[in-house]
Order: sequence, then C-alpha cells, then structure tokens
Amino acid sequence: MKRDLALLLGILLALLAALLLWALHATLALEPGPRLAELASARLEQTGVSNPVTAVLLNYRAYDTLLELAVLLAALLGIWSLGPAPAGYQRSGPALAALVDWIVPLAILAGGYMLWVGGHAPGGAFQAGALLGAAGVILRLSGEPSAGLPGEPAQRWLVVLGAGVFALVGGGLLASGFGFLTYPPGQAKWLILLIESAATVAIGVTLTAAYVGGRPGSGTAHNGTGQSRTVQR
Amino acid sequence: MPTLLLLFDLVLLATLIVLALAAVLSPEPRRAVMLFIAFGLWLALVWARLRAPDIALAEAAIGAGMGGALMLAAARRAAHRDEAAGRDGDKRA
Repeated sequence: MKRDLALLLGILLALLAALLLWALHATLALEPGPRLAELASARLEQTGVSNPVTAVLLNYRAYDTLLELAVLLAALLGIWSLGPAPAGYQRSGPALAALVDWIVPLAILAGGYMLWVGGHAPGGAFQAGALLGAAGVILRLSGEPSAGLPGEPAQRWLVVLGAGVFALVGGGLLASGFGFLTYPPGQAKWLILLIESAATVAIGVTLTAAYVGGRPGSGTAHNGTGQSRTVQR
Repeated sequence: MPTLLLLFDLVLLATLIVLALAAVLSPEPRRAVMLFIAFGLWLALVWARLRAPDIALAEAAIGAGMGGALMLAAARRAAHRDEAAGRDGDKRA
C-alpha cells in the first residue's frame, strides 16, 4: 500500500517536472516582448527611491508587500496559539557572553544601515528585519529567555506595527483622495521610509518571537514533555 | 575567462542539486535542516551570480538564516516529543 502511494507520487512528480521543463522551454523560445522593467525604470524618479527593487516592493506593488507582512503576522499568531514559550537555553559562559555583547549591537546597527541603504542599493525592510531577528535569536541562544523582547502587551503592538502603519498610510492616502497606497510624488520618499521603518521593527520582533516559539508572558512550559528543562548542547 | 566562469557556474549548479537531494533524502531531521541551511547559502551564491543581489541577501538572511534557525528549533522539539513518547511507550510495555 505504502509502496503504491510512493510510486503514484513519483509518477505525479515526474509529470510535474516534465510540465515545468516544457514551460521553461516554451518561455525561452518566446520572442522577448515589451518588458515591464523598462516601464518601471522610466518612472523610477517619481517613486521616491532610486533602487528599482524597493520601488517595485514599496511603490508599484506595495499591496503585495502589505499582504506579506500580514502573512508574517498570521504565522506568528499561529505559533502563539500553540502554547506558552518553552524555557530558554542555559546561560552562556563568559567568552560567549562577551562575543554576544559585541555581535548583538553590531547586528542592530547593520539592520539600521540595511534599512536606509534600501532606498538606493540592495537592502530594505525584510533584510533589515532579518538582521534584527538574528540579534534576537543570538540573545535567546545565549541564555536570555525573553530574547531581548519586551513584555507581552508591547510585543503585540510591535508585531502589528508593520502591517498597521502600512494600512494606516494606505487608508490615509485613500481618505485624502490619492487612492490606496498611491503616494503623492513629493512625499513618496518619507512615506516609504516610514512604512519601511515600521516594517523593519515588526519583522525583527516577529522573527524573534517566532524563534522563541510560544505565547510570551504566561510563564514557561512545565508540561512534562521535556521542553521545560534547560538544554545542554 | 568565460570558460572559467562557465566551469564555476556548472560546479555551483551541480553542488546545489546535490545539496538539495541530500537535504530531501536525509532520514534524520537535524541533518536535513543543516543541509537545507547549506543549500540556502549556496542558493544565495547562485542568485549573486545571476546579478540579483537583493534576492541573494534575502535568501541568505531569511531563507537560510532565520528559516534554518526556526527549523532547527522545530526539529529539536520534535526530537524531544519523540523521546517523551518513547519513554511513555517503554513504561506501558
């Protein structure tokens, strides 16, 4: 029975692979028609940023990015609904603690740089948020149970900050007659910077909280599944 | 020089596929996650070669880094759960 299922899955996957190869071949054989890239570069000056990737993510396709932030939020809500956070790792020794004292501020600083540089070079809110999240993961691994996160009420506000500010800016623009997330050219840069800053903090907190892996603030798990003891590595 | 680059790309691609297969076929979750992290970092190199530094950064930071950390934590918890279930089974037996 199990072997039949594996065979069926194998055949289906082979068919899918053949379909994908055919699609790739068909796409490569096509004439390169008019591309959106030229249109995007032509209007780049009006987007408020000079990095085309950021222009697509935060201006042309801002709606997609808003939904991505909502997906992250939903993922964290799912993790929180699974139960309280397990206890952290045991405290790190002095050598690792000294290293962590250096790495965490550097990661936060690099995150801030990544956020700012996203306007004109590769970078942006997700990369910056990932750096903040990495700082949180390092703190958690070095034995800080809260991973540097604030208490539960503040954490809730911070994780909705990204999608919240995004939606508020969009709604505000809609109310003042511009259309949802259609920035007026003069203010585009500052609105994008505002959204990206809020998104960076929210992504950093969300990723860290996801790594902590449970609802904050309600004490640690003592449910006998072995999660509550400190882990020797 | 172009032949050298082509050779580099071919090695890059071959290693990527081998890493992907090793990650998928590994029976042990912890090892699979480690291979997945290696795969993510390697994929970031491929994106950099395709001149897509934005995607390379995102893949290295989010795909390999954060995703890997989350999956390692999940694999550890799953192992604990199996261990606990195994102990219960022993008691019952």
